[in-house]
Amino acid sequence: MEFFDVFLLEAVINGLLLGGVLALLALGLNLIFGVIDVVWICYAELVMIGMYAVYYFHNVFGWPLWLAMLVAILAVAVLGAALHQFVIRPVLAAEPINQLLVTGGVLFFLQAAATLAFGVEFRNIGVSLPAMQAGGMYLSLARLIAFLVALGGMVGVYLFLTRTFVGTAIRAISQDRAIMPLMGVNANRIFVITSALGGGLAGLAACLLVLQYDIHPAIGLTFGPITFMICVLGGLGNMLGGFIAAFIFAQFISVGGYILHIEWGYVFAFLFFIAMMFWRPQGLLGGK
Amino acid sequence: MANPMRWIGLALLAAAPLAGMGNYPLHLLIMTLLWAFVYTGWAIMGRLGLVSLGHGAFLGIGAYVVVMGWNHYGLSPWLGIPLALAVTAVIALLIGYPCFRFKIVGHYFALVTLALSEVARLIIVALRDQTGGSLGVTPVTALADTSGSLVALQFSSKLIWFYIIFAFWLGGLWIWTRVDRSMARLALEAISQEEEAAASVGMNIARLKLGVTLISALMTSLGGVLYAQYQLYVNPETVSGIGISLQMVFGAIAGGMFVRLGPTVGAAFTLLLAEVLRLALGHDIHGLDTTLYGLMLVLFIIFMPKGILGAAQEVWARRRAAPTRAAAPS
Repeated sequence: MEFFDVFLLEAVINGLLLGGVLALLALGLNLIFGVIDVVWICYAELVMIGMYAVYYFHNVFGWPLWLAMLVAILAVAVLGAALHQFVIRPVLAAEPINQLLVTGGVLFFLQAAATLAFGVEFRNIGVSLPAMQAGGMYLSLARLIAFLVALGGMVGVYLFLTRTFVGTAIRAISQDRAIMPLMGVNANRIFVITSALGGGLAGLAACLLVLQYDIHPAIGLTFGPITFMICVLGGLGNMLGGFIAAFIFAQFISVGGYILHIEWGYVFAFLFFIAMMFWRPQGLLGGK
Repeated sequence: MANPMRWIGLALLAAAPLAGMGNYPLHLLIMTLLWAFVYTGWAIMGRLGLVSLGHGAFLGIGAYVVVMGWNHYGLSPWLGIPLALAVTAVIALLIGYPCFRFKIVGHYFALVTLALSEVARLIIVALRDQTGGSLGVTPVTALADTSGSLVALQFSSKLIWFYIIFAFWLGGLWIWTRVDRSMARLALEAISQEEEAAASVGMNIARLKLGVTLISALMTSLGGVLYAQYQLYVNPETVSGIGISLQMVFGAIAGGMFVRLGPTVGAAFTLLLAEVLRLALGHDIHGLDTTLYGLMLVLFIIFMPKGILGAAQEVWARRRAAPTRAAAPS
C-alpha cells in the first residue's frame, strides 16, 4: 500500500510540474484573446515551429543551446507578429467565427509546411537531463526546469503588463477596445506587440517542451486542444483562471494517466471540461 | 424553381459512371459526393451560426459503432446503423441541450464541441484492444468469394457504391431544402443574429437549435457509416478529432455554406485541389500539396468568406442588377 502511494505522489508531483508548462501555453493564448478577442487555433503550431527552430539552430547549425533557444523565441515572436499583421488584421472586422477559422487554416499550413521543410521523422535535440531521485520517486529534471521557467515567464509577463507603459496600454485596450484609439493609442501597434509577446511565450514553451518531447510536424495537436480547454475553463482571457485551470487539467492527465492509461487521462480531462462548461460556462473565475 | 438545367445536370451525373468511367475518376466522384453529403450536413447548422468543431465525433461514432458491431458481435450493419444513429442522437442531445440552455455560443460553442471530437478520438485510441488504436481497423470482410454482401453492407463494385452515395447526397440536399423552407430556419436565422430579441418574440431557442443539431449530427454519423463501409478501413485520425472537424468546416466554407450546393462545390473543390496538387507535384515533395491547400484556405477566409458558389452568385446577381440600375435615373 505504501508502494502505491509513492507512485501516486509521483504522479501528483509530475502533474504539478506539467501544469507549469500548460499554464505558460494558456497564458500566451489568453493574452491574445483578452486583448485582440481572437482565438489562435494554431497556437500550438507556433510552439511546434519553435521546437524545430531550437533543433535546427542547435543540432544542425551547431549553435550553443542557450543561443539557439533565444533566437528561437525571437523567431516565434516575429512569427506571431506576422500572423497578426497578415492574417488576423484583414479579418478583424469580419464575423468572429471567421477569425477562429482563419487561424485553423494557418494550423493546416504550418503543419504541412513543417512536413515539407523538415519531413515526418521524429527529431530529438539529444539533450537528456537526468531524472532526480527523491524519497523513492523519480522526477524529471527537465520538467522541474520547465516548471520553474514557466513560473518565471509568467511573473515576467505580469511585471511587463503592470509596470511598463506598453503593458499598461495593452491592459487598457483589453478593457475597452473602442475608447483607446480615441486616447491616441495606436491600436494596431498594441495588437502587433501583444501578438509578438504571445508568440514569444509560445517560443519559450517550445524551448521547455523540446527538452522533454520528440519533435514532429503533428506535435501541436498534442498540446493544442488541451490549451484551448484550459483557457476556456479558466474563462477566456482570464489569466489567473487559466493558471488555476492548467494545474487542474495537469492533475487529470497525470493521475488519470497513472491509474489507467495516458489517453484516459486526457479523456477524463476533456469530459471534466465539458461537464464544467455546463456548470460554469463563464469559466472558473469568469464573472456573470 | 423548375429549372430544366438542374434535371439535365442530375441525369448526366447519374449516367456518368455508366459511360465507361475509369476506376480512379469514379472513386473521386464517389468521395466527392460522400464528403458533399457530410459537408451539407455540417452546413445545415453551420450556416445558422452554430459552428461546430465536434462533428468529427459524430463521423467517428457512425464509422466505429457499425464496424465494431460487425467485427466483434457479428451485428449486421443494418442493425448497426440504427444503433450508431441512436448513440449519435444521445451524444448530440447531451452536448447540445446544455449548450443551448446555457447559451454557449460563438467561440465557446466551437471550443466545447472541439473537446467532444477530441474525446471521441482519444476514446477510440484508448480502446486499442477493440478498435486497433491509431493503426485503424478493417471490417471483417464478406467479399471473399462473392462480389458483395447485402448483410455485411460490403460491395466490391464501385458502381453500387456510386448509386448508394448518390442517393444519400440527393437526400442530403432534400433535407437542406426542407430545413431552408421551414419556419424554423427563419427563426434560427433571427436567433443567430440577435438571440435575445428572438427569444423576446416567443421563440424556443434551445429546442430549435437542438432540432437542427440533431439533423446535422445524424447526417454526419450516416456519412461516417458510408465512409467506413466504402473504404473498408477506418482510423481514428481520419474520422474523428480536430483535423477532420476542421476539414468539414473548411469544405463547407470554401464552397459557400449559405447556398444549397455550396458544400458540394466545396467538397469537389477541396478534393480536386488535393488530387491535382498531388498529381502535379508528385509524391516526392512530401507536404507541398497540403501546404498550398492550407495557404488557399487562409486566403479563402480572408478574401472570399462566402465561398466559391456564394461569391459567384453575388457576381451574377450584380451583373443582372447592373443594367437596370444604369438605366434608372439616380
